Amino acid sequence: MFIDDAAVLADLASGAAFLGSGGGGDPYYSLLLAEAALARCGRFEVVSLADVADDALLAPCGWIGAPTVSVEKLPNGNEAVFGLRRLEEIMGKRIDAVLPIEIGGGNGLAPFIAAAELGIPIVDCDGMGRAFPESQMAIFNIRGLSACPSVLTAADGSLSVIETEDNITHERIARALAVSLGGIAHMVEYPLSGAEAKAHAVPSSISAAIAVGRAVREARAVGDDPFAALGRALEATGLYPHCLPLFDGKIVDLERETRGGFSVGKVTIDGFGDSGQMEIEFQNENLVATSGGKVLAMVPDIITVMDRDTADTITTEKLKYGQRVKVIAAAAPDILRDARALSFVGPRAFGMGFDYIPVESLNETETA
Amino acid sequence: MRIGVDVGGTNTDAVLVAGGRVVASTKQPTSADVSSGVTAAIGAILSDADVSANDVGAVMIGTTHFTNALVERDRLDRVGIIRLASPSGEALPPMTGWPEALVARIAGATFLLPGGYEVDGREISPLDEAAVRAAAIDCREREIGSIAISCAFAPINAAMEEWAAAIIADAHPGAHVSLSHNVGRLGLIERENGTILNAALASLAQHVMASLERALAALGITAPLYISQNDGTLISAAEAASYPVLTIGSGPTNSMRGAAFLTGVDNGIVMDVGGTTCDIGVLANGYPRESSIAVDIGGVRTNFRMPDILAIGLGGGTRIHLGDKDDSVTIGPDSVGFRLTQDACLFGGSTLTTSDVAVAAGKANFGDRDKIPALAPALSAAILTRIGDMLADGIDRMKTQSGDVTIIAVGGGHFLIDDDLKGAADVVRPDHASVANAVGAAIAQIGAQADRIIDYDAEPRAAAIDEMREALLARVTAAGATPETAEIVDMDEVYLSYLPGRSAQLRMKAVGSLADAANVTAATLPEARHVH
Repeated sequence: MFIDDAAVLADLASGAAFLGSGGGGDPYYSLLLAEAALARCGRFEVVSLADVADDALLAPCGWIGAPTVSVEKLPNGNEAVFGLRRLEEIMGKRIDAVLPIEIGGGNGLAPFIAAAELGIPIVDCDGMGRAFPESQMAIFNIRGLSACPSVLTAADGSLSVIETEDNITHERIARALAVSLGGIAHMVEYPLSGAEAKAHAVPSSISAAIAVGRAVREARAVGDDPFAALGRALEATGLYPHCLPLFDGKIVDLERETRGGFSVGKVTIDGFGDSGQMEIEFQNENLVATSGGKVLAMVPDIITVMDRDTADTITTEKLKYGQRVKVIAAAAPDILRDARALSFVGPRAFGMGFDYIPVESLNETETA
Repeated sequence: MRIGVDVGGTNTDAVLVAGGRVVASTKQPTSADVSSGVTAAIGAILSDADVSANDVGAVMIGTTHFTNALVERDRLDRVGIIRLASPSGEALPPMTGWPEALVARIAGATFLLPGGYEVDGREISPLDEAAVRAAAIDCREREIGSIAISCAFAPINAAMEEWAAAIIADAHPGAHVSLSHNVGRLGLIERENGTILNAALASLAQHVMASLERALAALGITAPLYISQNDGTLISAAEAASYPVLTIGSGPTNSMRGAAFLTGVDNGIVMDVGGTTCDIGVLANGYPRESSIAVDIGGVRTNFRMPDILAIGLGGGTRIHLGDKDDSVTIGPDSVGFRLTQDACLFGGSTLTTSDVAVAAGKANFGDRDKIPALAPALSAAILTRIGDMLADGIDRMKTQSGDVTIIAVGGGHFLIDDDLKGAADVVRPDHASVANAVGAAIAQIGAQADRIIDYDAEPRAAAIDEMREALLARVTAAGATPETAEIVDMDEVYLSYLPGRSAQLRMKAVGSLADAANVTAATLPEARHVH
């Protein structure tokens, strides 16, 4: 399909913001960049995984760093293209198409600008099905692909190539580089073949994000409940089989710090009526939502804080004291929920002392 | 006693508040020079209440002048924009995503210059003093008299913006300079947008503030003049002259707070029907519900804390377009606006407006009924039904729970709201409903703000926050706010990783309402003057 309409980009940004589970960066800035690229190039070509040649070279793209930095230190504009060109030199062949390393947040739109510059399509898939804070949380690592060679580029024109066998080491190096570059950098990683993408990538996540964004926009336009529309649209994608409202209230405390190349912290929401409090811990993305001592949702399920009236997603760097919000959870794609995947993206991978329980099980009594 | 004034695009309203109630009110046309309309309005209430200018304790003015100027793209300065962040940010130059017409109107010259800070306090690149000077001279030669400066991470370190301002003061001495750290917090694009809008309003703001001060002087009022800002608290006229953008949300805030004050209703929907629009906002516990994320001003994204307002194109001056067939009719969106008293049929004009239809149907009584053309009863009913549908749809879009809600109908065109409006549990029409904005200005909130850098390793975060909260709440109650209304409305914390330990800049703002608006004197207000 071709995207030649800025309204579709806006739907993608809105849907990606929800799927980001609070992370992936502010989609507004990525949307502005994508709109400018659309104005220059006329249209973006998005191809489905099935239409990609098995021997094609695909390059996942995205920004690494802290979302709190990304709202102040904005891109120079050359980062993605410089990184992709260097990867082509290293691989000795042209890159046939790009994809978002993560569909969530601004990163869902990140490859569009590079694709327009290089005149190549974007594949309708991604490497996370949401957003995660660390590189080794990509499905490509879970399935045993190498992140390297990867190329990090920054606004000042500096470029670093990482070559290592171990994807955890790769994340550690990349994070340290991002910190030394000011807390944000562009990364091209997990170069893979068309056949590998077909076997491992989260399929159709770009079109899923567009459908979710469109459903919310259309519901708002006719005065329907945007949250109900969001839930129906998520479930209709097949990727995100459950959507549950978790909490409704006002933000009464926010601890947020840029540390070690991440935004880390905790938000406390006072419920309306006598519904108690909810606390959400985040590391770029919202990780675990707790109320009254009971965990109501945990990573890798999606936990997104939204404006309670407009259903606009509020990413973790946009949270503010006093905001009136709803917390919405959605089941992660199935491929993130098997034992191997959970060892990389489950609660224990984030240092929490408990095992993963799916959001629909945690909230069974409420939804029955 | 104090005076509240609302300077709108069409009318200038004034009220005199004493003993916790409105003792006099008036509505006068806004004059082109602003000051004569204000003089007329304040003069009218003083003579009405038989009060001497010496007895006035304070004058609080809210104005929609700046918002209107931005929306109408009128009376704006061309702006020179200097962003200190390069090479970062060049992909998103200033004014990206702005409406083209507004860019064409105010974009003077844009300079993407080296500078800015990293999150850890290092410089992205050093400030290029010669480049800033050259930009200032370029602006001077092109007769661009207003300059907006933004800088990456200025909220954690304002030094580079201030240095650039000093260079400009030297190279382009007459220029008005707006600095982003005075306008907003983290979020470069939104903060910069607000700064550019502020710079575009520079001349108008100076003109309006000077006019207001002239009006008070002409009346012999020596009491201090305050301007209401977005959150209902006050700033001095001097601050408003430099940073008018801080006041652009005050219109809806004042009308909603005025409506709450006049009715005693704390939860409901306020519908403020003016000449051109009906502004619909939600009152939650006596306060306007704020917009959570981005606020669009004239099509520009900002991150000001402002009431969440739905404006629909339906007011007392909205035109009725009759079609060829008996029952075909279109309502608005155009309006005769301030020409209502000339153009509308009931004032002898030839334009059919919502006011004509309402007066003909007996819903209001002003103008000359006999001058309104006779409409077929079915057509008249169809128009009124359509108006009701538009208003009911607006309520439906703003309310957050199912069930009917209390509607507070204010503004000069409140007669368009029927008592049996769909979605309304009841419709409350307070006395002085048509001057609720001025009432809101008169009952301005007491505000207090604190700002401190704290090392959380030395002082635990929870204790530090509690201490600041209690101190601020004590300050607003000491200044006259009732304890039950005093609350923390904003808290912002930025970790400063370039300082040792776990250091953060903690900022907090408290506001409260006065028990008795009569008690407010200048002495209780200065705390509100330090607000940015």
